[in-house]
Amino acid sequence: MSVQTRVQQHRKHHISRRANRLSPSGIRKFFDLLSGMEGVISLGVGEPDFATPWHIREAAIESIEKGQTMYTSNSGTPELRKEVARQLRADYGVDYDPVSEILITVGVSEALDLTMRAILDPGNEVILPDPSFVAYPSSVILAEGVPVSIPTYENKNFEINAGDIESRITRKTRAILLGYPSNPTGAVMSRPKLAEIADLAYDKNLTVLSDEIYARLTYGVEHTCFASLPHMKEHTILLGGFSKAYAMTGWRIGYAAAPAEIIAAMTKIHQYTMMCASSMGQVAALEALKGDQDCVREMVEDYNRRRLVIVKGLCDIGLSCFEPKGAFYAFPSIRRTGMNSEDFAEKLLAEEKVAVVPGSAFGACGEGYVRCCYATSLADIEEALRRMKRFVGKHRGG
Amino acid sequence: MLKDILKILENDARARPKQISDMTGMPQTEVTRLIKQAWQDGVILKYKAIVNWDKAENEHVFALIEVKLEPQKDVGFDSIAERIYRFPQARSVYLVSGTYDLFVLVLGKNNHEIANFVSQKLSHIDGVKATNTQFILKRYKEDGEIIEGLEEVKRQPVVL
Repeated sequence: MSVQTRVQQHRKHHISRRANRLSPSGIRKFFDLLSGMEGVISLGVGEPDFATPWHIREAAIESIEKGQTMYTSNSGTPELRKEVARQLRADYGVDYDPVSEILITVGVSEALDLTMRAILDPGNEVILPDPSFVAYPSSVILAEGVPVSIPTYENKNFEINAGDIESRITRKTRAILLGYPSNPTGAVMSRPKLAEIADLAYDKNLTVLSDEIYARLTYGVEHTCFASLPHMKEHTILLGGFSKAYAMTGWRIGYAAAPAEIIAAMTKIHQYTMMCASSMGQVAALEALKGDQDCVREMVEDYNRRRLVIVKGLCDIGLSCFEPKGAFYAFPSIRRTGMNSEDFAEKLLAEEKVAVVPGSAFGACGEGYVRCCYATSLADIEEALRRMKRFVGKHRGG
Repeated sequence: MLKDILKILENDARARPKQISDMTGMPQTEVTRLIKQAWQDGVILKYKAIVNWDKAENEHVFALIEVKLEPQKDVGFDSIAERIYRFPQARSVYLVSGTYDLFVLVLGKNNHEIANFVSQKLSHIDGVKATNTQFILKRYKEDGEIIEGLEEVKRQPVVL
């Protein structure tokens, strides 16, 4: 029997090499474990625990009642693109043309995929920080590119360094992918550090793909929009969305803002794969931007209280914790327990029913850490900390 | 800042100074001092529970009473309002613009008790010209809290 026939007998269906190359998300594994358990406190899902503010939901309901249920323009409704442009101008002073430089997508996830497909040829390299969001390397691989990880470290605030990037640049390097405020570390890049990367991108004529989905969630520091740095609008593909700031994860609305040529290429792929983002989602997103922004401020204030509680709580139980200045994650070191991050997360779930995500899911440099999402009620955070204290006490020193 | 503390307490009157200190990053002694000061200054009036009486099997009726006043010689609206809000049945009393002048939320054991309050007490007060009583049939939301029917949304397993 030939090897091929044996493989065919073993696997009933042919699965592409492309799909086979993707490793299953380390987070998924935990949620499969978790879904059958009772009484679990989850610090796992990176999602606001708030429902979308009512005025936003109400606007979408009204649009459905009125029968606004058709396809929209491929690029997104003109009103929403205009409003996104207005907001980027107001917040960061960057001018985007709503007609040719903005594309509304099905969440930032689609924007990420479109970007990779639009700018990468097979073998092109994308430089990205390690640890970072699980979808980054996969989106590069799906577009037949090669992710090149740059280690980042807690004692350097998990910032990615222009010097480190420069040493990895080859003839195949096509883009630098930044995701700050960072999932999973909560790190925010300082403006001077970003300016160094901007200089590098300018000198080497590289594209910077900046995922700024957590831009509105910063605590005591200001977010710098990469495209707002001198000369950077021409070099930046800016990705943003509504999920995190407006608690709109399920609506799946995001956007890309970039030079017209790139947006045109992305739109071509988008129109053949997605047609357009959902019409009611776009109505909701428009209301989010046009409506009162107090809801965002209130949620950020709430996250900040939880952030202070969880960071202090983790430090108090001996899990030293980097101070996250953005997003809604704490990323404590678990090294003193002697466990690796996957064992820690598995045992913590089994013994104390607290779900956290092993840092190794976000790259090799995430090993020795776990990600705790604090977008959950204070009562749950406090209970989770009590359980973790018991757990750490039991396993101290391995 | 005091405002941060008040926001936390308005949402959860049981929050302890230690918790508030953790939530704000302010030293616990400072939190305790500011709360004490707010209490003394009358910024914090009282720590109370919001009760869903429907579930406590306690016979009760709420009514909203609009009250039209007639200005009295040498007596302002404030003192007429005081004569009304002194009654323990009056849970909330507001001076309002529009057709009526006062808006009184009343709690009684039953319709009869509220009818008595209106006909025997309220309408006898000097300066009260007319009243308009509306019995409350159902309370949906009280002081920012939805009373019932709020279903908890469960998260589904997702990769992100």
